[in-house]
Amino acid sequence: MKRGAIRTVLLGDAQAGRLVPPSGQTAHLTLFVAGAMAFLAVFALALSLAAGRLADRWAEELARSATLRINAPAEQMAAQTEAALKILRQTPGVARARALGREEQAALLAPWFGAGLPLEDLPVPQLIEITAAEPAYDEAGLRLRLQAAVPGAVLDDHSRWRRPLVRAAHSLRRLGWISVLLIGGATAAMITLAANAALAANAQVIEVLRLVGARDGYIAGAFMRRFTLRALIGSAVGTGLGMIGVMLLPEASAEGGFLTGLGFQGAGWLLPLAIPPLGALVALAATWAAARRRLKELS
Amino acid sequence: MIELDNVGYSYGGGELLREVTVRLAPGSFHFLTGPSGSGKTTLIRLCYGALQPSSGQVRVFDTDLRGLDRDQMALMRRRIGVVHQDCRFLDHLPVADNIALPLIVSGRDVAAEAGNLAELMKWVGLGARADALPPELSGGERQRAALARAVIMSPDVILADEPTGNVDWEMSQRLLRLLVELNRMGKTVLIASHDLGLIRAAKSQVQARVLRISDRRLQLAGADL
Repeated sequence: MKRGAIRTVLLGDAQAGRLVPPSGQTAHLTLFVAGAMAFLAVFALALSLAAGRLADRWAEELARSATLRINAPAEQMAAQTEAALKILRQTPGVARARALGREEQAALLAPWFGAGLPLEDLPVPQLIEITAAEPAYDEAGLRLRLQAAVPGAVLDDHSRWRRPLVRAAHSLRRLGWISVLLIGGATAAMITLAANAALAANAQVIEVLRLVGARDGYIAGAFMRRFTLRALIGSAVGTGLGMIGVMLLPEASAEGGFLTGLGFQGAGWLLPLAIPPLGALVALAATWAAARRRLKELS
Repeated sequence: MIELDNVGYSYGGGELLREVTVRLAPGSFHFLTGPSGSGKTTLIRLCYGALQPSSGQVRVFDTDLRGLDRDQMALMRRRIGVVHQDCRFLDHLPVADNIALPLIVSGRDVAAEAGNLAELMKWVGLGARADALPPELSGGERQRAALARAVIMSPDVILADEPTGNVDWEMSQRLLRLLVELNRMGKTVLIASHDLGLIRAAKSQVQARVLRISDRRLQLAGADL
């Protein structure tokens, strides 16, 4: 693309714009498409970022933690817990081992049984939270030692359900980014179609301009300016509405889990602001390519 | 100014022109005549690069047109005023803007040339019609507007394709006088016309040579016209 053409578009040549007759319907459709696509792009972006955060958090939090569950008769519970903790503290590769208190265990069960659960009266197993060090402990060895000393202990290292979750979050993020790319491609395709329609409808105008000595860059500029501005305005409105929509989503909370984590955080809010300029750029390139193709057919 | 050297033009298997050699000298006045469909419009279009010859060479301002890229072609066209058979205006813009179109697309300051534009419009008798849209103009007014647009850049060459095609005798005389006047100002003029009466009328005003397309070849017609 020549610099002159870019300058024509950016600085604007009101004269050039006037040479192409106004095109009501195409203009509105382009605005609408750009707006709708930007709106969708905001959500795809929010989804990707949220999924990425989720995957990172899950991977980070779950990677190093395991749970030891001790099922024992009430009178042996304290002794077995003590024995298990002792083994764990002696095991190389265990950074921390901590028995959960009564309140903590009650909080974990509260969503299922309601608050005010008389935990003392129920045969609830004791949970021990294990945080692995780097390098981590030998899992098989630990199991054997626990089996010998603490018959009621069951080691659960979380990896069984952690991996599919992290994998799912990663796929979700990938899908989000693919959606963003597809939205960009679809925008380019639709603006190309609209530009082609406008160029075809104005074939006579283009021919006259060419005959009186207008350069290709000048003619293409008249169309590019139009479609670029429409895409910019449309996607700015769409992005604005999309961001308001994301803002109105409920705050991230423990109760809502993943769904309320959607949206942008911190600097992430700056990312959707790139959508309007990118949309305008896509429109610029699409119109330029379409105009170039069309003009080549004229002598 | 414009030289055609052994030019041939064929389209879709049919040969329209062959072995055309002609030279339009600066300040000359030529008529191009021949029956309908003999290739007058094609020859005019070859002269300003709207068509590429199938064979031979077209030189404009001593430059081979084949060597020009698209931008150079656009710049070359600013030096040639063309009056098209069907005029070709931008129908959504008023006549004044249509006449100023070559100025606009070449990036000239139209406001600074407003005086010239008004004078030119008066010269072609359209002073009162500046704000009219092209579809509102009569045939004669359209032809005069097309002529005004062709000369606004003060070109060295004026090519007119049937400029008196659908106007009455009086109007065609008026257009002819305008073209003769331009020729006196030193412009090279080529008019394609099948109107022999017009050509005879011109011969009393200007030293015009007549080129005739006959049997796909271009001949210099004798003084018998």
